Amino acid sequence: MSVLTMPAQPDQDTAPRPVPWRRMAWITWRQQRATLIAVPAVLAAVAVFLVIFGLKAHHDYAALVNCPLNQGQQSSACAELFRTFNSTDWPLANACSILIGLAPVLIGAFAGAPLLARELENGTYRFAWTQGLVRERQAIAKLALLGLTLVVLAGAFGELFSWFFQPFLWTEQMNRLTDGVFDSSGIVFPAFTLAAFAIGAFLGMLLRRVIPALAATLGVYLAIRLAEWGVRKYYPVAVVTSNTKIFGQFETPSVPGYPWILSTWVTGPGGKPASQSVANQILNGPGPGAGTSVASGAGAPSAGGSVPPGYTEWNRWIPLSHYWPMQFIEAGWLLVLAVALMAGTVWLVRHRAA
Amino acid sequence: MNVIETCELGKRYGKSWALRDCTLTLPAGHLAALVGPNGAGKSTLMNMAAGLTAPTSGTVTGLGGHPAGSPAALNGVAFVAQDAPVYRNLSAGDMLHLTRNLNQRFDTAFARARLADLGIPLNKKAGKLSGGQQSQLALTLALARRPRLLILDEPLAALDPLARQDFLAAVMTAMADDGVSVLLSSHQVAELERVADFLIVLSRAQLQVASEVDDLLAGHRLLTGPTGEADEYAGRLTVVQTRRGDAQTHLLARTGETAAPAPPGWESHQVSLEEVVMAYLRSPGVSEPAPLTRLQRPQPTEATR
Amino acid sequence: MTVFTTPASRLDRDAGPESGPAPWSGMLWITWRQHRGLLITVSVVFCAAVAGLLVTGLRIHHDYALLSACRPATSAACLGMSNFFNSTDWHEGEYLHVAVQAAPVLIAMFAGPPVVARELETRTYRYAWTQGIGRVRWTVAKLALLGSLLTILAFAISQLLTWFFAPFMTTQQLTVLTPTVFDTSGLSYAAWTLTAFCLGAFLGTLLRRTLPAMAATLGVYIGLAAATWFYLRDHYPVKTFWPMQLFEAGWLLALSAALIAATLWLVRRYAD
Repeated sequence: MSVLTMPAQPDQDTAPRPVPWRRMAWITWRQQRATLIAVPAVLAAVAVFLVIFGLKAHHDYAALVNCPLNQGQQSSACAELFRTFNSTDWPLANACSILIGLAPVLIGAFAGAPLLARELENGTYRFAWTQGLVRERQAIAKLALLGLTLVVLAGAFGELFSWFFQPFLWTEQMNRLTDGVFDSSGIVFPAFTLAAFAIGAFLGMLLRRVIPALAATLGVYLAIRLAEWGVRKYYPVAVVTSNTKIFGQFETPSVPGYPWILSTWVTGPGGKPASQSVANQILNGPGPGAGTSVASGAGAPSAGGSVPPGYTEWNRWIPLSHYWPMQFIEAGWLLVLAVALMAGTVWLVRHRAA
Repeated sequence: MNVIETCELGKRYGKSWALRDCTLTLPAGHLAALVGPNGAGKSTLMNMAAGLTAPTSGTVTGLGGHPAGSPAALNGVAFVAQDAPVYRNLSAGDMLHLTRNLNQRFDTAFARARLADLGIPLNKKAGKLSGGQQSQLALTLALARRPRLLILDEPLAALDPLARQDFLAAVMTAMADDGVSVLLSSHQVAELERVADFLIVLSRAQLQVASEVDDLLAGHRLLTGPTGEADEYAGRLTVVQTRRGDAQTHLLARTGETAAPAPPGWESHQVSLEEVVMAYLRSPGVSEPAPLTRLQRPQPTEATR
Repeated sequence: MTVFTTPASRLDRDAGPESGPAPWSGMLWITWRQHRGLLITVSVVFCAAVAGLLVTGLRIHHDYALLSACRPATSAACLGMSNFFNSTDWHEGEYLHVAVQAAPVLIAMFAGPPVVARELETRTYRYAWTQGIGRVRWTVAKLALLGSLLTILAFAISQLLTWFFAPFMTTQQLTVLTPTVFDTSGLSYAAWTLTAFCLGAFLGTLLRRTLPAMAATLGVYIGLAAATWFYLRDHYPVKTFWPMQLFEAGWLLALSAALIAATLWLVRRYAD
């Protein structure tokens, strides 16, 4: 057997160089090919479905738009339109919205957990971590490239879903601030996806095994999601007013739904809080537009009448116009979490003995 | 330049030490054989030298003082781990491309030519290659990186006798043409005897021998003589292993470079590498002290024998 | 050097109580040991779900009792109570219901595929499938043990959930035929859990790799559930609760059996 050799190359500069992005891009593509093909493929399939179904929903909605939302005021034709819409279009859309809620964690977990854990589990890290490009740089490049791809895909998909769901905001009396709708729109949806990906990668590196990391990612994501629901009402974007006439009974299609009312209270003469019975009477008593929901996500109109002189009804609420500030706050802390977890992952790569 | 230097290197997993108090120096330009029974610490030592595992105690540096695992060391050290891990889902061609992208130096032409020579198709998934082919693929990738030091953890295990010869020939050629130093672990001492010129013996997590083969063989002799005189004679020597029979006793002793002539009635034979290795493996607690050779750094408080 | 030999009678392999195929009871310990993580996680999740449903359910039932007894019904106080029940309590109930509904497929996704796929992926089937018990019995034992456990736990949770959700049937004007309620009552929930598990096991054996099989299980299950919701249920012969439940449990059981049979067939003919 002959062995071909080439003359030895002179020593090249061994000082640390910036990460060769093009090379790492090829490496990430080749190693994560399955994920990078499967995720867009699945999203594309769902997108096709959303487009087809969404066009139908928008078409049905266009016919409804001129009908009043109040059932008592609808003509029989309008009532019929609403009935079909609510029995065929809405259940499917509702199911979709629940699944969309799971999408970030599924994408993030399936992409993130195996990223590093798979190499540790099947021993190929013994090859990858003894190459010239130090292991931390490989990890950083993989996290950045894959994370960026997922953010872009999730962002596009989120926009599509917002378009798809838009007719149902009015018919189901929701708005962009409602739980579930807020998380699947704007920049929060891709932020959740990135956070889930970072959680998956970190847990994968921590636990060193893919399946346990996947399960743990689901659990941690669920905990974060629940925490987020609880914490959102404390974002510093709420306003307090006493003008309850700004809440209509039923909004028109151009301003769907009600703003998010966080709390309601009544003050009496001199600004002191009213007694419980009086407050009850004012807030819940019979009168036009009775009934206030306290700390509900969707919100309901507050009492519009029967406020005796000297008493004022106050509401602490978040107007729809504060949607984007809220999005930025939420995406902001999700981004900080994601970056912190990725940094933690790189730290583990560097310091974890094989 | 020393390609590997360790100073009281140790690694503990949980409560047990996989390697302890290992101080050795491997000069450049040698093919070092690392031998020892299973569980002796061979893989642990190699993992630490390659920068894969961090030591629990002590230090290990490579290629003239760079800490193991640092970018300079990673650049110049090519490591093939036990059972030659390759990405099962990537083809051999993909593995070439991958290794080229992960290193500053990679000789693609050489790698392709060698794989073609070995009959390993570039488009076949690495997981579908035979064990021997995977080993050859891993070695090709390592050689193509043009390293200064090649560390091979039991590379011959999956190879048939013919493939083993070819593998060792390839390693020797790389050494001759490119000046690569090699650290290679194996169970087959006899096979390595023909190619290795440096020997490291580990047993029960301790270093037993770390010496050039020539010096080792020159410094040990097999002494055969009457059993009655054996104890008295052995007291005057550093005996590594004793084999006692009814009439004759064989003593494998460390005699140093200048050996005193054997007393009458005793015969003195040269030893083979395998005999020396087996003797040290069977006699734990007797370890070869770091010999003073011209290539080693002198220890400050070394007492000469 | 001497060579020791044993008298021939001591090496008689055909005699003794060990003749015949290996006993099934061995598989009990093996299944526990190889799927310990899964079994512990499932137990923890189950206990957490039971605790959550009990604690929340008792409170909701209490609130509902107060609400029903509140007189006069149109007074401010009673209307306030009603508002609270229909918003805060209902949200809690709704979320728990959705969570319980989503759990089986997520658990089955983790439980089903690894049974066979993990052995194939890590190549330990070369050990496991050459033992005395044989590959088919090995697979049957594992699937039966894990599948029955999940089905029984699912049935228990669904009964608890039915009790939990009872007040909302009135306040939200739901019927037992409302799709989400139908899914989680009677036999339906347990049957869907079993099917998800069998689907996972089959896809794991077919695809031979755990992670893709998990994703595929999720996808196929969602498709099947959607098809049932929006199409299949319209074509059931009888439209009352128990006949529909029996019919659905029936075809799901048949599907599960078919998936298991297909899994065993794949295992039998597996060749590397």
